[in-house]
Amino acid sequence: MRAFDYVRADSAEGAVRDAAGGAAFIAGGTNLIDLMKLEVMSPETLVDINRLAMNGIEDTADGGLRIGALVTNSDLANDSRVRRNWPVLSRALLAGASGQLRNKATTGGNLLQRTRCLYFYDRASACNKREPGTGCAAQEGFNRILAVLGTSEHCIATHPSDMAVAMRALGAEGRR
Amino acid sequence: METNLEINGTRHRLDIDPRTTLLDALRHHLGLTGSKKGCDHGQCGACTVIVNGRRINSCLTLACMHDGDEVTTIEGIGQPDNLSALQAAFVQEDGFQCGYCTPGQICSATAMLEEVRNGWPSHVTDDIASGAELTDAEISERMSGNLCRCAAYPNIVEAIRKAAEKSA
Amino acid sequence: MTEHFKMDAPATEHRLDDMAQGLVGAPLDRPEGPFKVTGTATYANEWQIEGMVHGIMVRSPGNSGRVVLANRDAVAAMPGVLAVIQDDRLLRNPAQGTADAAPIQGARHADYTGQLIAVVVAESFEQARHAAQSLTVVLESGKTVTVDPDTAAVEPQEGQAVDQGDLESAMRDAAHRVDVVYSTPSHSSSPMEPHASIATWDGDDLTLRGSYQMLKYNRNELADALGIHPDRVRIISPFVGGGFGSKLGLSPEAVAAAIAAQQLGRPVSVALTRPQVYEATMRRSETHQRVRLSADGDGRLTGLGHDARVSNLPGETFAEPVLQASHFLYAGSNRQMSLDLVRLHRMCAGSVRAPGEAVGVTVLENAMDELAHEIGIDPVALRLRNIPETDPESGKDFSSSRFREALESGAEAFGWADRPGLKERREGEWLIGYGMASAARINVLMESQARVTLLPDGTARVETDMTDIGTGTYAILGQIAGDMLGLPRDAVTVVLGDTGLPPAAGSGGSWGAASSGTSVYVACEAIRRQLAERLGVAEPDLMLKDGRATYANQTQALSDVLKGDEIAKLGHVTPGDTSKAVRQATFGAYFAEVAVHAATGETRVRRMHGSFAAGRILNAKTARSQCLGGMTFGIGIALTEEMAFDPRDGHVTNHNLAEYHIPVNADVPQLTVALLEERDDWANPLQAKGIGELGICGAAAAITNAIFNATGVRVRDYPATLDKVIAGM
Repeated sequence: MRAFDYVRADSAEGAVRDAAGGAAFIAGGTNLIDLMKLEVMSPETLVDINRLAMNGIEDTADGGLRIGALVTNSDLANDSRVRRNWPVLSRALLAGASGQLRNKATTGGNLLQRTRCLYFYDRASACNKREPGTGCAAQEGFNRILAVLGTSEHCIATHPSDMAVAMRALGAEGRR
Repeated sequence: METNLEINGTRHRLDIDPRTTLLDALRHHLGLTGSKKGCDHGQCGACTVIVNGRRINSCLTLACMHDGDEVTTIEGIGQPDNLSALQAAFVQEDGFQCGYCTPGQICSATAMLEEVRNGWPSHVTDDIASGAELTDAEISERMSGNLCRCAAYPNIVEAIRKAAEKSA
Repeated sequence: MTEHFKMDAPATEHRLDDMAQGLVGAPLDRPEGPFKVTGTATYANEWQIEGMVHGIMVRSPGNSGRVVLANRDAVAAMPGVLAVIQDDRLLRNPAQGTADAAPIQGARHADYTGQLIAVVVAESFEQARHAAQSLTVVLESGKTVTVDPDTAAVEPQEGQAVDQGDLESAMRDAAHRVDVVYSTPSHSSSPMEPHASIATWDGDDLTLRGSYQMLKYNRNELADALGIHPDRVRIISPFVGGGFGSKLGLSPEAVAAAIAAQQLGRPVSVALTRPQVYEATMRRSETHQRVRLSADGDGRLTGLGHDARVSNLPGETFAEPVLQASHFLYAGSNRQMSLDLVRLHRMCAGSVRAPGEAVGVTVLENAMDELAHEIGIDPVALRLRNIPETDPESGKDFSSSRFREALESGAEAFGWADRPGLKERREGEWLIGYGMASAARINVLMESQARVTLLPDGTARVETDMTDIGTGTYAILGQIAGDMLGLPRDAVTVVLGDTGLPPAAGSGGSWGAASSGTSVYVACEAIRRQLAERLGVAEPDLMLKDGRATYANQTQALSDVLKGDEIAKLGHVTPGDTSKAVRQATFGAYFAEVAVHAATGETRVRRMHGSFAAGRILNAKTARSQCLGGMTFGIGIALTEEMAFDPRDGHVTNHNLAEYHIPVNADVPQLTVALLEERDDWANPLQAKGIGELGICGAAAAITNAIFNATGVRVRDYPATLDKVIAGM
């Protein structure tokens, strides 16, 4: 893990300001710290957004829900409204990761997590996603966990989120 | 960088590299080696601690992100001559062999039982709209973030069920 | 004073059957349990040593070539960095179990991707990790090397071959026959504690706090690697966070820590990262196995053929002993077996729990299931019909065997009679099947020593460099000493895991408990004789219980008998004629119920039972736990475990616990285990045999045979992942 400047944001505006110029936001950190330890990702600045007020789940006027980016996977899966009215979302969350990870991982982070392609994680291998232009070692490698649909000659990675699948099925939208 | 942690009821002030994980802060800087490093990537659960009431992988979070947080480690759950009900049940049911995953299992189970009390569903809960009974299948599913290569799983389930029944 | 005992004749006196204290066999809690559950047991990388610094090892990015550290000076100048060490004494790969000498050394040439070729040491762990990751490793003048077992050159292992009778004719003339090819992938031990060592030097003396299974060998391996006398080396390993074969022999981090600590004059800790554990410790070789079985109209085997191919790195002699139990498990007069080794530039192959039988018995038991189906008889009946009277190759007697009882009582306990017909049972979306398999593992006694001291206060201390890797050594040695000396369990202290103590057999090959237990037994017998002499009675007339000696209608506290003295005896056992006079093995049977999802092919193990006979059980609780662990390894072999090697350079692509799938809690039902009463006089004076590995030796076949019963699909290419099952449905 490369050294970085650690900044704790106390407002959304401040976070955006601090993040200018190559910083990474950190929320749960369950994917980012994993990748930083392997130096697959090496941000120069880490902006900790955990103390921002984005962890609410609110009813919307049209009968939906507005889910804050910092709502943890556990809190979203356990929300009584989600369990009652959108159970596929709870089910998808509970099918993934572990109790410990769901307690840290956030809704925003879950959507933004990187692929689990073994070659993306291996710095000794070529990977267009990690280093564009280097090639894709997965094409001729061990790839039974990777995509068979929607691939290209440049990448056969999958997005690892179970939650995202449920969100798509429910027609969820990302909003500012 | 300066970080304050309330660990097992005692306040600790640390001045550490921001790269230091919560796990390494405990093990390298505070001499609290009860929390184990099995994979360092959130895959095995041996490093499980309870932060502000919730179980997390301490290897996958930075100590500096927890300034002011309350951390409970295995050292805060019980001591050899003062075991918690879960710890005693793990000894009686042989819920471990090599013992390396055990502190993580016990921290995880301690918080897991609280999750069940709070009505959290799991992947194996039939009706997720209501709460869950503490069946063997529920215990196994909820404890699957804690790997045990010695494979004491049946005994771990037995220990957790017995400890939960005792305290119920 | 040393009491030497050589196992030359059957030990027909069953003393431990009726010792007054009654500890041996009882399901007592582990004495070290309270430390393990509170996080106060100290594992290798947990000693707090003043001035300690951290080393991280660096891997080779390729599988052949001269290693050049391209930016070595720049890395050495990074913050906190103390040394970048590339040393000819670094290990190319770990030592094999019981090697007793260093394996191939050298960090200037890479032979496989992931080989650990340097260590970077810094003041802090974070600095060392980043510096190690910053080192640019370049391989020069590399050759194109073989990483594919299917195309590598073959070295037949002559010593393993069997050619008895005429199998070809037997196959031709048989009423029923199977001729099948199975493959098993490489497996990783994956202990929860990564390999770690802390080295400290005091002048010319090295102390290594490590995580090892066999300390007396490890000490010699470390001394040999460093080129120093073994007397200068002490290894301390009181708690070992799992081994399963991967910590039998010295591994690379120990030598790296020792070299770095000497160079820097400071204590150095080196722990392998989890990916390094996968890439640079040991793998179980992948196997390619052909089994031929021929039977007459009644299902009696007329022939048995087993040919296997395994692999290893150039220069390594270990060849997964796939045929080990095939030699004796079943009758059949026409027998042909062979073992081939191919040389690959993949990581080193060595012992992973139950080398040989874990995969060899598994495939043999699949073939037996195929034969039972072919003949149309019950798989249990087929086994019962083919239990040999004597070793079918050597003609020697079995030392003891309750194979038949294990099959019969196991079937009863499981409810085998309720087995559905092929593809017959369905519950909603799930197809239900039952399967079974036999278990077999060789039994071995090894040289071992222990010192037992009866202290003036009437308590005792047991000391040996034996290890407890979760196997229950602390418990069982205390039980044996307590029974022999008439002391409550709490009055016996067991001290383990220090080469300063008498050298033991070590934990591996399932021989640890019986071998080290016998050394304790022998020492205690000598103490009893000395007590009897003091009291003027014959030793057999001396009854010891609860710290009191009873003899000739008198009773006296041991502390009074001792009168301020202590009695210390060194027990020393060596194997003898009984190792060769008979065939020694353990047997058992597994039964499993699976549910296979009709739409996805996903398999869930619903129930699994094991019945095992392994001589005297020393602690019913810890022995059962060993069996649970073995059976769970079997679940992993059957369904999920596979080291996935990149087909181009042979590197381990799934080198972590997220991608190498060991069973999790939800994969394992509440397994049941029955331990059958048995005494094996030929094994040792405890009449105990090994139990640590029996639970894995064939277990996976019970599950894959159950998948066949549920679905009609034979997956002959392990593991039986859902894609392979669904493809056949």
